[in-house]
Amino acid sequence: MGRDERSRVGIRVADQRTADKMHVFLDQLVNGLALGGIYALIALGYTMVYGIVELINFAHGDVYTLGSFFALAILTALGVSGEVHGAALGIDIAVAVIGAALLCGIVGVLIERLAYRRLRNAPRLAPLITAIGVSFVLENAMQLWRGPAPVSFPSVLPNPAFAFGPLTLTLKQILVVGLAIALMAALQYFVKTTALGKAMRATAQDRDAAQLMGIDIDLTIAITFLIGSALAGAAGFVSGVYYQSTWFFGGFGAGLKAFTAAVLGGIGNIAGAMVGGFVIGIVEAFSTWLVGGQWANVAVFAILIIVLVFKPAGLFGRAVVEKV
Amino acid sequence: MKSPRALGLLALVAALLLWPAFGASDATVNILADAGLYVVLALGLNVVVGFAGLLDLGYAAFFAIGAYTYAMLASPQFGLHLPFWLLLFVAAGLAGLCGLLLGAPTLRLHGDYLAIVTLGFGEIVPQVFQNLTRWTGGPNGIGGLDFPTFFGHSFGQRALPYYYVTLLVIAITILAVSNLRASRLGRAWAAIREDELAARHMGIDTTRAKLAAFAIGASFSGAAGVVFAAKLSLVSPDLFQFQVSVLIVSMLVLGGMGNIYGVIVGSLLLSLVNSVVLPQANGIVNALHVHVDFGQYHFFLYGAILIGIMLFRPEGLFPDRRRKAELHHAAVEET
Repeated sequence: MGRDERSRVGIRVADQRTADKMHVFLDQLVNGLALGGIYALIALGYTMVYGIVELINFAHGDVYTLGSFFALAILTALGVSGEVHGAALGIDIAVAVIGAALLCGIVGVLIERLAYRRLRNAPRLAPLITAIGVSFVLENAMQLWRGPAPVSFPSVLPNPAFAFGPLTLTLKQILVVGLAIALMAALQYFVKTTALGKAMRATAQDRDAAQLMGIDIDLTIAITFLIGSALAGAAGFVSGVYYQSTWFFGGFGAGLKAFTAAVLGGIGNIAGAMVGGFVIGIVEAFSTWLVGGQWANVAVFAILIIVLVFKPAGLFGRAVVEKV
Repeated sequence: MKSPRALGLLALVAALLLWPAFGASDATVNILADAGLYVVLALGLNVVVGFAGLLDLGYAAFFAIGAYTYAMLASPQFGLHLPFWLLLFVAAGLAGLCGLLLGAPTLRLHGDYLAIVTLGFGEIVPQVFQNLTRWTGGPNGIGGLDFPTFFGHSFGQRALPYYYVTLLVIAITILAVSNLRASRLGRAWAAIREDELAARHMGIDTTRAKLAAFAIGASFSGAAGVVFAAKLSLVSPDLFQFQVSVLIVSMLVLGGMGNIYGVIVGSLLLSLVNSVVLPQANGIVNALHVHVDFGQYHFFLYGAILIGIMLFRPEGLFPDRRRKAELHHAAVEET
């Protein structure tokens, strides 16, 4: 082999390596976006509730896990245990998503009514402590219901992969990201244009003034919890299909990451929560790839601390003057 | 007025010191020694949550730092065998320092944001201990820790010496926190808790006072961690999860945040419920041929306590008078 040829082979190998790296990079990016889509859906609930009652609804992550268990129960009742094809596919999925979302919405409203409403005017730590209590009760209830071990979730969808040049997308990834964006857009539209959305924004801005304008505060807050929890329920279904498993304690970690996403995007900001969710998903995917999965949580929480310390209003939030 | 109280205290101390001599089993002493550690933890967290009004949801992290300090410096892990009594202070100092490091950038944050940051810290610390396998033994942790010695006598595996050490640590802790509370710093904490803005305008260096609360609270947790590790002769990352932090918060909430005696009662109550009542309940119910494992209901219990107390008696079972007034005043003010 001549010297010339050898260097050409060298270049080819190097090219191959960069191409491989590029592949892994794109795979991880897509992976992170899908992960982030789920976080984003959960983050929407955090951001809405915080926006309106200034409460970190600690139990929100557990409502999300509850959603996956509800969806699983519905699918089991429908007799679905594997991939579904044809017309039944759409019906089964629609029933499972809407059912899980609705049930979670009801749970969310109940939690607000029973645990948080009384404490609306209490010192701010009181409802947060209560929310931690609610989270523990929900976790324990789910553990008693479905056991302490992860539970497998039917795959439901076929998962063909599509290649776009170096980029490979699976159907599930497209669906997760697509659904997250669609629901976010719908929510944004709802909050910006409908009368109820206006009532929400008014209540978030100044509860007393909103009440004086004839807005039913209790109802508005209940609806906020309904929508936020329903989105978490939908996210529970999506994550079940995506990971094909669910676990009673899964909502704790996912909830914290989603909260981080909401903070990153500027709490109270719907589009921000979405972007934050995708960023957190990508950070998790890349830290798993580059330094190992056991460091992913550390990376995410480090981001949380750094954002809160240096830019507490988040990337897209406005600095809010503390109400005295 | 003063002397009957002192007499009662003396009697209590004597009873605590002497009762194990009257034929108490090792298991009973063991349960009380464990409960005593929770008293220290609860009193330490009370400085942060009860006195200064800062919710710390990652308190177990400092406990872990104390425990790992002992595990790494008094075990075959690195062949270091520093004495227990020295490490008690080293760990307290180290945990306090970590409290400062965490607090310095984050204490500007308000209420619930601070709570979440401490929670994040509480998640990171055990995870880091788990990941640094080469130094910390990874998920398995470090075992075979040295038994402490007292003038050449090894503690061994019996619970009794640890019981006495725990009593000593509790006594020091009570003395320290009750003096702190009455000090200039303690009054600054009360002022910050009630109205931070007003406190700052009165010339209190609020950041410094809050940092002090964080560091002092953390150091008690660090010392408790050393006793915990020595007694168990083992540390592993799963001993310091979020649930431990919430358990300690539940003890404060149950007993009455801010009130030293309330917190002691709350922590004893909850740890005895965990170690005695729930297992006993199992026995009773199983005798009736109903199979319920009450061990599965721990979280339920903590959760129910947090919700129930916050909704119906936010000042706890044995309230601090001042704290009670604050909690009720806030509700009245708004309506």
